[in-house]
Amino acid sequence: MMYIAENEIWKLLETVFDPEIPVLNIVEMGIVREVNLNNNACEIKITPTYSGCPAMNTIENEIIKVLSKAGIKSVKVEKIFTETWTTDWIGQDARNKLRKYGIAPPEGESASDFYDNILTKNITCPYCKSTNTELTSEFGSTSCKSLHFCKDCHQPFEHFKCI
Amino acid sequence: MKLDNNVKNALFEFLLRMGDDRLILGHRLSEWCGHAPVIEEDIALGNIALDLIGQASAFLNFAAGVEGKGRTEDDLAYFRNETEFKNLQLVEQPNVDFAHTIVRQYFFDVYSNLVLTNLTSCPVNELAGMASKSLKESKYHLRHSKQWLLRLGDGTDLSNEKTQNAVNNLWRFTKEIFDIDETEKLLIEKGIVPEMSGFREKWLDSINKTFMEAKLKLPEDNLDFSAGSRNGFHTEHLGHLLAEMQILARSYPGAKW
Ligand SMILES: [Zn+2]
Repeated sequence: MMYIAENEIWKLLETVFDPEIPVLNIVEMGIVREVNLNNNACEIKITPTYSGCPAMNTIENEIIKVLSKAGIKSVKVEKIFTETWTTDWIGQDARNKLRKYGIAPPEGESASDFYDNILTKNITCPYCKSTNTELTSEFGSTSCKSLHFCKDCHQPFEHFKCI
Repeated sequence: MKLDNNVKNALFEFLLRMGDDRLILGHRLSEWCGHAPVIEEDIALGNIALDLIGQASAFLNFAAGVEGKGRTEDDLAYFRNETEFKNLQLVEQPNVDFAHTIVRQYFFDVYSNLVLTNLTSCPVNELAGMASKSLKESKYHLRHSKQWLLRLGDGTDLSNEKTQNAVNNLWRFTKEIFDIDETEKLLIEKGIVPEMSGFREKWLDSINKTFMEAKLKLPEDNLDFSAGSRNGFHTEHLGHLLAEMQILARSYPGAKW
Protein backbone atom coordinates (compact mmCIF):
# COMPACT_ATOMS: atom_id res chain seq x y z
CA MET A 1 0.00 0.00 0.00
CA MET A 2 1.09 3.49 -0.85
CA TYR A 3 1.97 5.77 2.01
CA ILE A 4 1.53 9.53 1.88
CA ALA A 5 2.80 11.82 4.63
CA GLU A 6 0.80 14.73 5.95
CA ASN A 7 3.19 17.34 4.56
CA GLU A 8 2.73 15.82 1.12
CA ILE A 9 -1.02 16.24 1.48
CA TRP A 10 -0.48 19.92 2.26
CA LYS A 11 1.74 20.18 -0.85
CA LEU A 12 -1.02 18.61 -2.96
CA LEU A 13 -3.55 21.02 -1.51
CA GLU A 14 -1.30 23.86 -2.65
CA THR A 15 -2.16 22.85 -6.21
CA VAL A 16 -5.84 23.65 -5.65
CA PHE A 17 -6.63 27.25 -6.53
CA ASP A 18 -9.51 29.47 -5.63
CA PRO A 19 -11.37 29.70 -8.98
CA GLU A 20 -12.23 33.33 -8.29
CA ILE A 21 -8.69 34.41 -7.33
CA PRO A 22 -6.64 32.17 -9.61
CA VAL A 23 -3.29 33.41 -8.27
CA LEU A 24 -3.82 32.11 -4.73
CA ASN A 25 -4.08 28.48 -3.67
CA ILE A 26 -6.42 27.38 -0.91
CA VAL A 27 -3.61 26.90 1.62
CA GLU A 28 -2.30 30.47 1.11
CA MET A 29 -5.88 31.71 1.40
CA GLY A 30 -6.20 30.06 4.80
CA ILE A 31 -9.19 28.02 3.64
CA VAL A 32 -7.63 24.68 4.70
CA ARG A 33 -7.71 24.49 8.49
CA GLU A 34 -6.84 20.87 9.24
CA VAL A 35 -5.56 17.71 7.62
CA ASN A 36 -6.22 14.43 9.42
CA LEU A 37 -4.58 11.36 8.02
CA ASN A 38 -5.55 7.91 9.18
CA ASN A 39 -3.93 5.05 7.25
CA ASN A 40 -5.05 5.78 3.73
CA ALA A 41 -8.11 7.82 4.67
CA CYS A 42 -7.91 11.55 4.71
CA GLU A 43 -10.15 14.16 6.28
CA ILE A 44 -9.73 17.79 5.26
CA LYS A 45 -11.36 20.60 7.20
CA ILE A 46 -12.04 23.78 5.30
CA THR A 47 -13.71 27.02 6.29
CA PRO A 48 -15.54 29.30 3.86
CA THR A 49 -14.14 32.76 3.17
CA TYR A 50 -17.61 34.31 2.88
CA SER A 51 -20.88 32.59 3.83
CA GLY A 52 -22.16 32.71 0.29
CA CYS A 53 -18.89 32.00 -1.49
CA PRO A 54 -20.02 30.04 -4.57
CA ALA A 55 -16.48 28.66 -5.05
CA MET A 56 -16.67 26.39 -2.00
CA ASN A 57 -18.29 23.48 -3.84
CA THR A 58 -15.79 23.67 -6.68
CA ILE A 59 -12.96 23.75 -4.15
CA GLU A 60 -14.36 20.73 -2.33
CA ASN A 61 -14.62 18.72 -5.56
CA GLU A 62 -11.14 19.80 -6.62
CA ILE A 63 -9.64 18.63 -3.30
CA ILE A 64 -11.24 15.22 -3.72
CA LYS A 65 -10.02 15.00 -7.31
CA VAL A 66 -6.41 15.94 -6.51
CA LEU A 67 -6.10 13.62 -3.51
CA SER A 68 -7.82 10.69 -5.22
CA LYS A 69 -5.46 11.04 -8.14
CA ALA A 70 -2.54 10.83 -5.71
CA GLY A 71 -3.85 7.46 -4.56
CA ILE A 72 -5.77 8.32 -1.42
CA LYS A 73 -8.79 6.05 -1.35
CA SER A 74 -11.07 7.83 1.04
CA VAL A 75 -11.21 11.62 1.09
CA LYS A 76 -13.67 13.48 3.25
CA VAL A 77 -14.00 17.26 3.11
CA GLU A 78 -15.78 18.91 6.00
CA LYS A 79 -16.87 22.55 6.14
CA ILE A 80 -16.30 23.97 9.60
CA PHE A 81 -17.46 27.20 11.21
CA THR A 82 -15.71 27.01 14.57
CA GLU A 83 -12.86 29.11 13.19
CA THR A 84 -13.87 32.34 11.52
CA TRP A 85 -11.96 33.05 8.33
CA THR A 86 -10.01 36.29 8.25
CA THR A 87 -7.76 37.96 5.70
CA ASP A 88 -5.14 38.12 8.50
CA TRP A 89 -4.34 34.51 7.51
CA ILE A 90 -3.13 35.61 4.08
CA GLY A 91 0.67 35.83 4.31
CA GLN A 92 3.05 38.39 2.83
CA ASP A 93 3.98 36.26 -0.21
CA ALA A 94 0.37 35.80 -1.13
CA ARG A 95 -0.26 39.51 -0.67
CA ASN A 96 2.54 40.30 -3.10
CA LYS A 97 1.06 37.87 -5.62
CA LEU A 98 -2.29 39.63 -5.36
CA ARG A 99 -0.70 43.04 -5.98
CA LYS A 100 1.20 41.72 -9.00
CA TYR A 101 -2.06 40.30 -10.34
CA GLY A 102 -3.65 43.77 -10.08
CA ILE A 103 -5.67 43.30 -6.91
CA ALA A 104 -4.76 45.54 -3.96
CA PRO A 105 -4.06 43.17 -1.05
CA PRO A 106 -6.02 43.56 2.20
CA GLU A 107 -4.84 46.61 4.13
CA GLY A 108 -5.05 46.74 7.90
CA GLU A 109 -5.94 43.98 10.37
CA SER A 110 -9.38 42.49 10.75
CA ALA A 111 -9.47 43.12 14.48
CA SER A 112 -8.77 46.83 14.08
CA ASP A 113 -11.43 49.35 13.20
CA PHE A 114 -9.79 49.79 9.78
CA TYR A 115 -12.58 48.11 7.91
CA ASP A 116 -15.27 49.82 9.98
CA ASN A 117 -13.92 53.08 8.57
CA ILE A 118 -13.39 51.82 5.03
CA LEU A 119 -15.53 54.60 3.54
CA THR A 120 -12.89 57.18 4.41
CA LYS A 121 -9.73 55.11 3.69
CA ASN A 122 -7.53 55.51 0.64
CA ILE A 123 -6.41 52.08 -0.51
CA THR A 124 -3.00 51.98 -2.21
CA CYS A 125 -3.25 51.55 -5.99
CA PRO A 126 -1.68 48.18 -7.03
CA TYR A 127 -0.46 49.70 -10.32
CA CYS A 128 1.24 52.97 -9.34
CA LYS A 129 1.30 52.78 -5.50
CA SER A 130 -0.55 56.08 -5.19
CA THR A 131 -2.86 56.59 -2.25
CA ASN A 132 -4.73 59.29 -4.13
CA THR A 133 -7.61 56.84 -4.65
CA GLU A 134 -11.31 56.64 -3.90
CA LEU A 135 -13.86 53.96 -3.13
CA THR A 136 -16.29 53.36 -6.00
CA SER A 137 -18.30 50.63 -4.30
CA GLU A 138 -17.87 48.35 -1.32
CA PHE A 139 -19.19 45.51 -3.47
CA GLY A 140 -17.31 44.09 -6.42
CA SER A 141 -17.18 41.14 -8.80
CA THR A 142 -16.91 38.73 -5.85
CA SER A 143 -17.85 39.03 -2.17
CA CYS A 144 -14.23 39.43 -1.15
CA LYS A 145 -13.45 42.52 -3.23
CA SER A 146 -14.39 46.21 -3.25
CA LEU A 147 -14.05 48.61 -6.20
CA HIS A 148 -11.73 51.62 -6.21
CA PHE A 149 -10.42 54.24 -8.61
CA CYS A 150 -6.91 55.67 -8.76
CA LYS A 151 -6.96 59.40 -9.38
CA ASP A 152 -3.27 59.43 -10.38
CA CYS A 153 -2.99 56.66 -12.98
CA HIS A 154 -6.73 56.73 -13.74
CA GLN A 155 -7.11 52.98 -13.36
CA PRO A 156 -10.09 51.35 -11.71
CA PHE A 157 -8.90 48.54 -9.43
CA GLU A 158 -10.14 45.95 -6.96
CA HIS A 159 -9.16 45.63 -3.31
CA PHE A 160 -9.23 42.38 -1.38
CA LYS A 161 -11.28 43.57 1.58
CA CYS A 162 -9.79 43.29 5.05
CA ILE A 163 -12.22 41.22 7.05
CA MET B 1 -22.50 19.46 23.87
CA LYS B 2 -25.18 17.03 25.11
CA LEU B 3 -28.66 18.53 25.21
CA ASP B 4 -31.99 17.41 26.68
CA ASN B 5 -34.77 16.78 24.17
CA ASN B 6 -36.78 19.88 25.00
CA VAL B 7 -33.65 22.05 24.74
CA LYS B 8 -32.76 20.37 21.47
CA ASN B 9 -36.22 21.14 20.08
CA ALA B 10 -35.92 24.76 21.19
CA LEU B 11 -32.48 25.06 19.59
CA PHE B 12 -33.86 23.57 16.36
CA GLU B 13 -36.67 26.17 16.39
CA PHE B 14 -34.22 28.97 17.08
CA LEU B 15 -31.93 27.88 14.23
CA LEU B 16 -34.93 27.77 11.87
CA ARG B 17 -35.71 31.38 12.79
CA MET B 18 -32.11 32.45 12.14
CA GLY B 19 -31.96 30.50 8.88
CA ASP B 20 -35.41 31.46 7.59
CA ASP B 21 -34.90 35.21 8.20
CA ARG B 22 -31.83 35.08 6.02
CA LEU B 23 -33.18 32.73 3.37
CA ILE B 24 -36.34 34.76 2.78
CA LEU B 25 -34.63 38.16 2.86
CA GLY B 26 -31.88 36.82 0.59
CA HIS B 27 -34.49 35.59 -1.87
CA ARG B 28 -36.28 38.95 -1.79
CA LEU B 29 -33.03 40.80 -2.51
CA SER B 30 -32.21 38.44 -5.35
CA GLU B 31 -35.38 39.68 -7.10
CA TRP B 32 -33.47 42.92 -7.73
CA CYS B 33 -30.88 41.13 -9.82
CA GLY B 34 -30.75 42.90 -13.18
CA HIS B 35 -33.27 45.54 -12.05
CA ALA B 36 -31.37 47.77 -9.60
CA PRO B 37 -31.11 51.52 -10.32
CA VAL B 38 -27.37 51.42 -11.13
CA ILE B 39 -24.97 48.57 -11.84
CA GLU B 40 -22.94 49.03 -8.61
CA GLU B 41 -26.17 48.70 -6.66
CA ASP B 42 -27.23 45.67 -8.63
CA ILE B 43 -23.92 44.06 -7.65
CA ALA B 44 -24.26 45.21 -4.03
CA LEU B 45 -27.76 43.78 -3.60
CA GLY B 46 -26.70 40.57 -5.33
CA ASN B 47 -23.70 40.21 -3.01
CA ILE B 48 -25.79 40.84 0.09
CA ALA B 49 -28.38 38.31 -1.10
CA LEU B 50 -25.59 35.78 -1.60
CA ASP B 51 -24.20 36.38 1.91
CA LEU B 52 -27.65 35.97 3.44
CA ILE B 53 -28.44 32.77 1.54
CA GLY B 54 -25.01 31.42 2.50
CA GLN B 55 -25.70 32.22 6.15
CA ALA B 56 -29.11 30.56 5.84
CA SER B 57 -27.47 27.46 4.42
CA ALA B 58 -25.15 27.23 7.46
CA PHE B 59 -27.93 27.76 10.01
CA LEU B 60 -30.35 25.37 8.29
CA ASN B 61 -27.67 22.71 7.84
CA PHE B 62 -26.93 22.93 11.54
CA ALA B 63 -30.67 22.90 12.33
CA ALA B 64 -31.11 19.70 10.31
CA GLY B 65 -28.26 18.10 12.27
CA VAL B 66 -29.74 19.16 15.62
CA GLU B 67 -33.13 17.79 14.60
CA GLY B 68 -31.48 14.49 13.70
CA LYS B 69 -34.30 13.14 11.53
CA GLY B 70 -32.26 12.82 8.37
CA ARG B 71 -33.52 16.03 6.78
CA THR B 72 -31.03 18.24 4.92
CA GLU B 73 -30.78 22.02 4.60
CA ASP B 74 -32.40 21.69 1.17
CA ASP B 75 -35.33 19.73 2.61
CA LEU B 76 -35.83 22.53 5.12
CA ALA B 77 -35.59 25.26 2.49
CA TYR B 78 -37.67 23.68 -0.27
CA PHE B 79 -40.05 21.20 1.29
CA ARG B 80 -41.58 23.08 4.19
CA ASN B 81 -44.89 24.88 3.77
CA GLU B 82 -45.68 28.50 4.61
CA THR B 83 -46.85 27.87 8.19
CA GLU B 84 -43.64 25.94 8.92
CA PHE B 85 -41.48 28.95 8.08
CA LYS B 86 -40.33 30.94 11.11
CA ASN B 87 -38.93 34.09 9.50
CA LEU B 88 -40.01 37.56 10.58
CA GLN B 89 -42.93 39.09 8.68
CA LEU B 90 -40.66 42.07 7.98
CA VAL B 91 -38.32 40.13 5.70
CA GLU B 92 -41.06 38.61 3.55
CA GLN B 93 -42.52 42.02 2.64
CA PRO B 94 -42.25 42.74 -1.09
CA ASN B 95 -39.54 44.99 -2.54
CA VAL B 96 -42.12 47.59 -3.74
CA ASP B 97 -39.47 50.19 -4.61
CA PHE B 98 -35.85 50.94 -3.72
CA ALA B 99 -36.90 52.90 -0.62
CA HIS B 100 -38.93 49.98 0.79
CA THR B 101 -36.03 47.63 0.06
CA ILE B 102 -33.51 49.82 1.88
CA VAL B 103 -35.74 50.56 4.88
CA ARG B 104 -36.57 46.86 5.30
CA GLN B 105 -32.89 46.03 5.03
CA TYR B 106 -31.85 48.70 7.50
CA PHE B 107 -34.40 47.57 10.12
CA PHE B 108 -33.18 44.00 9.70
CA ASP B 109 -29.45 44.84 9.65
CA VAL B 110 -29.59 46.75 12.94
CA TYR B 111 -31.44 43.83 14.53
CA SER B 112 -29.14 41.24 12.96
CA ASN B 113 -26.01 43.00 14.26
CA LEU B 114 -27.44 42.94 17.78
CA VAL B 115 -28.45 39.30 17.78
CA LEU B 116 -25.27 38.05 16.07
CA THR B 117 -23.00 40.01 18.40
CA ASN B 118 -24.86 38.43 21.27
CA LEU B 119 -24.52 34.91 19.86
CA THR B 120 -20.74 35.10 19.40
CA SER B 121 -20.46 34.22 23.11
CA CYS B 122 -22.86 31.26 22.84
CA PRO B 123 -21.45 28.05 24.41
CA VAL B 124 -22.48 25.96 21.38
CA ASN B 125 -19.27 26.35 19.37
CA GLU B 126 -20.79 25.83 15.92
CA LEU B 127 -23.46 28.44 16.57
CA ALA B 128 -20.95 30.92 18.00
CA GLY B 129 -18.75 30.37 14.93
CA MET B 130 -21.62 30.90 12.49
CA ALA B 131 -22.60 34.03 14.37
CA SER B 132 -19.12 35.55 14.29
CA LYS B 133 -18.79 34.75 10.59
CA SER B 134 -22.22 36.22 9.79
CA LEU B 135 -21.52 39.25 11.95
CA LYS B 136 -18.54 40.26 9.80
CA GLU B 137 -20.90 40.33 6.83
CA SER B 138 -23.82 41.87 8.67
CA LYS B 139 -21.60 44.81 9.62
CA TYR B 140 -21.03 45.85 6.02
CA HIS B 141 -24.65 45.11 5.13
CA LEU B 142 -25.62 47.62 7.81
CA ARG B 143 -23.10 50.16 6.54
CA HIS B 144 -24.62 49.81 3.06
CA SER B 145 -28.28 50.17 4.12
CA LYS B 146 -27.50 53.01 6.53
CA GLN B 147 -25.54 55.00 3.94
CA TRP B 148 -28.45 54.68 1.52
CA LEU B 149 -31.00 55.64 4.16
CA LEU B 150 -29.07 58.84 4.88
CA ARG B 151 -28.95 59.72 1.20
CA LEU B 152 -32.58 58.87 0.49
CA GLY B 153 -33.95 60.54 3.62
CA ASP B 154 -31.81 63.64 3.38
CA GLY B 155 -31.87 63.75 -0.43
CA THR B 156 -34.60 65.40 -2.47
CA ASP B 157 -38.19 66.07 -1.41
CA LEU B 158 -39.31 63.13 -3.49
CA SER B 159 -36.73 60.69 -2.11
CA ASN B 160 -37.58 61.79 1.43
CA GLU B 161 -41.30 61.32 0.78
CA LYS B 162 -40.80 57.84 -0.68
CA THR B 163 -38.54 56.79 2.17
CA GLN B 164 -40.86 58.15 4.86
CA ASN B 165 -43.69 56.29 3.15
CA ALA B 166 -41.68 53.06 3.28
CA VAL B 167 -40.91 53.62 6.97
CA ASN B 168 -44.61 54.17 7.71
CA ASN B 169 -45.60 51.04 5.81
CA LEU B 170 -42.99 48.74 7.34
CA TRP B 171 -43.06 50.01 10.91
CA ARG B 172 -45.87 47.70 12.03
CA PHE B 173 -43.72 44.66 11.25
CA THR B 174 -40.91 45.70 13.58
CA LYS B 175 -42.43 45.17 16.99
CA GLU B 176 -42.62 41.38 16.87
CA ILE B 177 -38.87 41.24 16.20
CA PHE B 178 -38.23 41.57 19.91
CA ASP B 179 -40.94 39.30 21.31
CA ILE B 180 -39.31 36.68 23.49
CA ASP B 181 -41.36 33.48 23.61
CA GLU B 182 -41.07 30.16 25.47
CA THR B 183 -38.52 28.81 22.98
CA GLU B 184 -36.12 31.69 23.54
CA LYS B 185 -36.85 31.83 27.27
CA LEU B 186 -35.79 28.20 27.62
CA LEU B 187 -32.58 28.74 25.61
CA ILE B 188 -31.72 31.82 27.65
CA GLU B 189 -32.43 29.95 30.88
CA LYS B 190 -30.11 27.12 29.77
CA GLY B 191 -27.42 29.66 28.88
CA ILE B 192 -27.38 28.69 25.19
CA VAL B 193 -28.66 32.01 23.95
CA PRO B 194 -27.31 34.97 25.91
CA GLU B 195 -29.80 37.35 27.56
CA MET B 196 -31.69 39.48 25.06
CA SER B 197 -33.52 41.96 27.24
CA GLY B 198 -33.06 45.58 26.30
CA PHE B 199 -32.65 44.75 22.59
CA ARG B 200 -35.65 46.77 21.47
CA GLU B 201 -34.31 49.83 23.31
CA LYS B 202 -30.88 49.44 21.72
CA TRP B 203 -32.46 48.90 18.31
CA LEU B 204 -34.70 51.96 18.71
CA ASP B 205 -31.74 54.02 19.84
CA SER B 206 -29.78 53.22 16.64
CA ILE B 207 -32.84 53.81 14.44
CA ASN B 208 -33.52 57.13 16.19
CA LYS B 209 -29.99 58.44 15.65
CA THR B 210 -29.96 57.54 11.96
CA PHE B 211 -33.47 58.90 11.42
CA MET B 212 -32.52 62.26 12.92
CA GLU B 213 -29.55 62.50 10.58
CA ALA B 214 -31.64 61.30 7.64
CA LYS B 215 -34.49 63.75 8.40
CA LEU B 216 -36.98 60.91 8.79
CA LYS B 217 -39.74 60.68 11.39
CA LEU B 218 -40.24 57.71 13.66
CA PRO B 219 -43.88 56.58 13.36
CA GLU B 220 -46.08 56.43 16.45
CA ASP B 221 -46.08 53.11 18.22
CA ASN B 222 -49.86 52.79 18.37
CA LEU B 223 -50.19 51.36 14.87
CA ASP B 224 -51.76 47.93 14.47
CA PHE B 225 -48.91 45.55 14.98
CA SER B 226 -48.61 42.29 13.12
CA ALA B 227 -47.14 39.39 15.01
CA GLY B 228 -46.78 35.67 15.26
CA SER B 229 -44.28 34.88 12.51
CA ARG B 230 -42.08 32.89 14.90
CA ASN B 231 -45.05 30.52 15.25
CA GLY B 232 -45.74 30.35 11.54
CA PHE B 233 -48.24 33.19 11.08
CA HIS B 234 -47.34 35.15 7.99
CA THR B 235 -48.62 37.84 5.67
CA GLU B 236 -49.99 36.83 2.26
CA HIS B 237 -46.65 37.63 0.62
CA LEU B 238 -44.70 34.64 1.95
CA GLY B 239 -46.79 32.05 0.10
CA HIS B 240 -46.18 33.75 -3.23
CA LEU B 241 -42.45 34.00 -2.54
CA LEU B 242 -42.25 30.31 -1.60
CA ALA B 243 -44.14 29.29 -4.74
CA GLU B 244 -41.40 30.82 -6.83
CA MET B 245 -38.52 29.75 -4.61
CA GLN B 246 -39.64 26.14 -4.23
CA ILE B 247 -41.19 25.25 -7.56
CA LEU B 248 -38.08 23.79 -9.18
CA ALA B 249 -37.14 21.60 -6.21
CA ARG B 250 -40.74 20.39 -5.85
CA SER B 251 -41.34 19.76 -9.55
CA TYR B 252 -38.09 17.85 -9.96
CA PRO B 253 -37.22 16.39 -6.54
CA GLY B 254 -33.52 15.59 -6.28
CA ALA B 255 -32.65 17.63 -9.37
CA LYS B 256 -28.94 18.40 -9.67
CA TRP B 257 -26.96 20.80 -11.83
ZN1 LIG C 1 -2.68 54.19 -9.72
